[in-house]
Amino acid sequence: MNRTIIFKNKPSIIGTSTVAGPKESSGSIADFFDVKLSDDKYGEQSFEKAESKMVFTAVKNSIINASIKESEIDAMLAGDLLNQIVATTFAARNFDFGYLGLYNACATFTESLVLGATLIDSGHLNNVVCVTSSHFSSAERQYRYPLELGCTRPPQSQWTVTGAGACVLSHNGYGPKISSATIGRIIDFGVVDANNMGAAMAPAACDTLLSHFKQSKTNPFDYDLIVTGDLGTLGSRILKDLLWEKGFDIDKQHVDCGELIYSICECEYQGGSGAGCSSLVFNSYLYKKLRKNEFNKILLVATGALLSSLSAQQGESIPGIAHAVVVEN
Amino acid sequence: MKTLIDCQNKNYLNYVKCISPKTNQKRSLLHAFWVGGLICSIGQTFRYLLEFGLNLKGDELSAYVSMIMIFLGGLLTGLGVYDRIGKYAGGGSIVPITGFANSVVSPAIEFKTEGFIYGTAAKMFVVAGPIIVFGVASSVLVGILYFIGFRVF
Repeated sequence: MNRTIIFKNKPSIIGTSTVAGPKESSGSIADFFDVKLSDDKYGEQSFEKAESKMVFTAVKNSIINASIKESEIDAMLAGDLLNQIVATTFAARNFDFGYLGLYNACATFTESLVLGATLIDSGHLNNVVCVTSSHFSSAERQYRYPLELGCTRPPQSQWTVTGAGACVLSHNGYGPKISSATIGRIIDFGVVDANNMGAAMAPAACDTLLSHFKQSKTNPFDYDLIVTGDLGTLGSRILKDLLWEKGFDIDKQHVDCGELIYSICECEYQGGSGAGCSSLVFNSYLYKKLRKNEFNKILLVATGALLSSLSAQQGESIPGIAHAVVVEN
Repeated sequence: MKTLIDCQNKNYLNYVKCISPKTNQKRSLLHAFWVGGLICSIGQTFRYLLEFGLNLKGDELSAYVSMIMIFLGGLLTGLGVYDRIGKYAGGGSIVPITGFANSVVSPAIEFKTEGFIYGTAAKMFVVAGPIIVFGVASSVLVGILYFIGFRVF
């Protein structure tokens, strides 16, 4: 069984754009975001509509930043955390190109990169947009409690990022290239605590990384950075311990998007999470660093916790998934 | 029959339990205690004011005090203050009647975007529903026991 694809016609990431919420806009990498919102409703009536508008803005700006016309885009691969992925679906109404809706929770961004890169590498499509988003308020409504409810959060919980990040992958053009990808498989180690996503997802990240290293014949030192999507502080520690057990040490290369996105980790507990977390950090900070050659080879592994509010209530444990993508100059 | 996977999962879950950050129980209890106590003291103050100021008694007095506390809970929820109290105090703000008001008002505000009928009205008791169901059910049970008790004794 081989889940790693080494691309022959490596697609380039020719443009990106990000839209970040108010809390993220005062975080440590805020300078790298394109649009920083001060109002988390973005002038709309509901949080869902606001999230949709953020996706639309991110897609539109990424196409402008890529210096190509909208008519040259073939398809949009998108996903978010809402039921029936309505944020991205409704944003796609405003565009004429194709739409492929995806859902892998917080791993959706790398899922879209894997699939988008495959479509371009195969020669079937020329330009695709990959976008994911999440919004703290719309996610809380759906998965947890009403916003004004006076309840405490346990220390292992994370804060859903409000943001949308989009990138344009192209057959031609200049930019960092996606050279390989590993498709993850579902790993469930029996974690039932819906507040401890890091522990639920870390085994999946470990499995994907091990498969990637084995099937692409690389090791952690081949990469400048190994970036996980939103494992948080606890999840990152678990991942490093699990990999250490198998003989791999990623401590020097590892950084987590959830830890980067907020300045003060104490109030946000384990850091940021959400489908928008990895796409916000990658499409701003990491992409700009890649273009300046400050990093040259990044292994991006976004992780997702595939539970629903019903499954948690039925006592089911949380399956995790992680997809890996290598982006290099 | 324990399978290999069950054993592996158990080891992993034990490991996670060991390294997961723990809530500081003593600190949370202290916060809950003093904030909960303060809320109850405020309620008691209103009770004294109404009893000696307006000469109310019995059930009428209790009803008025409850109404005032529920109003305050709802008001603070609407102003966006109660969730901050709750984040600090935990159980201390959930348990008193103000917490009940918060649990009804917060979804009512939240689901306004879906309209008054399917949003606000339908979702209003999504958090407090179990309180009402079990409260009513247990009062029925107690009533039955009283009834049987009267009949027998």
